[in-house]
Amino acid sequence: MAASGLLRSFSSNFSTAWPLLTRSALLLAPLRLSPKPYNGRTIASSSRLSAALKFTDKHEWVRVDDNGTGTVGISNFAQEALGDVVYCGLPEVGTQLAQQDEFGALESVKAASELYSPLTGEVVEVNTLLADNPGLVNKSCYKDGWLMKMTIANPAEVDALMDEAAYEKYIRSIED
Amino acid sequence: MWARLTVTVGRSVLGLRASREGLRRVAGAGCAGRTHQETRDFSVEAAVKKTPLFDFHRYHGGKMVEFAGWSMPVQYKDTHIVSHMHTREHCSIFDVSHMLQTKIHGKDRIKFMESLVVADIAELKDNQGTLSLFTNEKGGIMDDLIVTKTDQGYLYVVSNAGCADKDSLHMKARLAEYKAAGLDVDLEFIDEALIALQGPTMAQTLQAGLKEDLSKLTFMTSALVTVFGIPECRVTRCGYTGEDGVEISVPRLRVVELAEKLLSNSKVKLAGLGARDSLRLEAGLCLYGNDIDETTTPVEASLVWTIGKRRRQMKDFPGADIIVPQIKAKTARKRVGLVSTGPPVRQHTSILSPDGQVIGEVTSGCPSPCLKKNIAMGYVDAAFSKNGTALQVEIRKKTVPAVVSKMPFVPTSYYSG
Repeated sequence: MAASGLLRSFSSNFSTAWPLLTRSALLLAPLRLSPKPYNGRTIASSSRLSAALKFTDKHEWVRVDDNGTGTVGISNFAQEALGDVVYCGLPEVGTQLAQQDEFGALESVKAASELYSPLTGEVVEVNTLLADNPGLVNKSCYKDGWLMKMTIANPAEVDALMDEAAYEKYIRSIED
Repeated sequence: MWARLTVTVGRSVLGLRASREGLRRVAGAGCAGRTHQETRDFSVEAAVKKTPLFDFHRYHGGKMVEFAGWSMPVQYKDTHIVSHMHTREHCSIFDVSHMLQTKIHGKDRIKFMESLVVADIAELKDNQGTLSLFTNEKGGIMDDLIVTKTDQGYLYVVSNAGCADKDSLHMKARLAEYKAAGLDVDLEFIDEALIALQGPTMAQTLQAGLKEDLSKLTFMTSALVTVFGIPECRVTRCGYTGEDGVEISVPRLRVVELAEKLLSNSKVKLAGLGARDSLRLEAGLCLYGNDIDETTTPVEASLVWTIGKRRRQMKDFPGADIIVPQIKAKTARKRVGLVSTGPPVRQHTSILSPDGQVIGEVTSGCPSPCLKKNIAMGYVDAAFSKNGTALQVEIRKKTVPAVVSKMPFVPTSYYSG
């Protein structure tokens, strides 16, 4: 149960006695209750770009582009858990981020998710289409719903992230 | 990504205490018959309760969560927004069997109930109901409820699932006093199912199953009827969405049959607690535990209208000596509606004056699927409570403009005949 959580509740009735790990991923459980086992859409089946995706345990992905910048987004697993995204809070271009720094938030009707930087670097571009079309995060989380692009100060950080296979294994482990 | 789930649904706050495993077992135990006490992840000692529609929810793709000790569907296969909009455009079925249904019998039932709530029940017409409040000696709100004066010799009360234990103890305590004084009252806690059918096409959907003319059943009136061949159903024209709707109390052994019958109409869909919460907030309806609780008086909560005129004069309800003077003297804070754009406003968000002073706190908030703006309820210093007042809210250390707005945020469609 080393899974880092996906969801935290703000409910005033929420028992603070619960350890963070069990509080986490609450909305993940309902998704698991569908009769089908989770095989979802595997990432490989959705895009040729997927081979280069690396994942964090907080369900962000980063793809190193040809020019050496990293494009960042959230995984299909995460967008499903979140539900219809209605608002994207994204950083300003030029923001310096250390790995795991909070860089923004995505909001659905019921849930708010902070976003944590997968890498150390500087924000060079933000997906401005999301201002008017936040639903792109749900419809195309690996392509048109990308969140931001950043420089990669420390390439070793990329290597240390999970590849697609490891991430799929990770999802299965936290769902069980 | 860490997500903070602000799930505030139904008439009580969603207590998300079950772990992933616990939730899965809640879902699985229905068929396997495993008790939840076996699950060490549950902090609750009693098993999570299931309504008679539990298996039906799962069969229809319901995502089950624990709520006020019950396993309830938060949504089904449709997304939250689709489900919400379907209710506003067609109609949806909500399982609300977790709420407490009580019948109060006896000659002195009106006096009994009036000793606990702020409503003028005596002046209600036969089969008319009203929203009311259980208050405590400090003037705080113990729960909100709907009480109906039936012509069948009993009062019919529906109150929140999250307050069921509290409310039933409260009523039983008063019952003991009344019985000791030789008065004629009896309580009957009903173990039947309760479903809500809400939306503009509710009437045409339901009329097909009734002999009676539904156009005669106006908002906040109730009738005992046979619905789609199921006798002894109490249909009350009320709800928690702002739409024209009914709540149907139906024998637990036949609720699945009724739900399936209603669902066979292609205009009707199932909706869960998620949509229920965004619908009620758009309708400006309070959620007990968030917007009202034992620390809020009816005057602070802008619910003075629930206090009957005669009751204000007689001051014969709990906390009247505190509440009634507040009507004239006004209170230091007031519950208001807020509208904003940008990042959604959630519970516990600080409300600031134009010059940045903290003057209140948000008690409920969500993006409004209908308005495509953010709506919220909260308490502010009375000086800032007028509609149109420009305020700010503080979200993730940034201030965002917000405007005090009248509620409902979305016009309601209650049926007046």
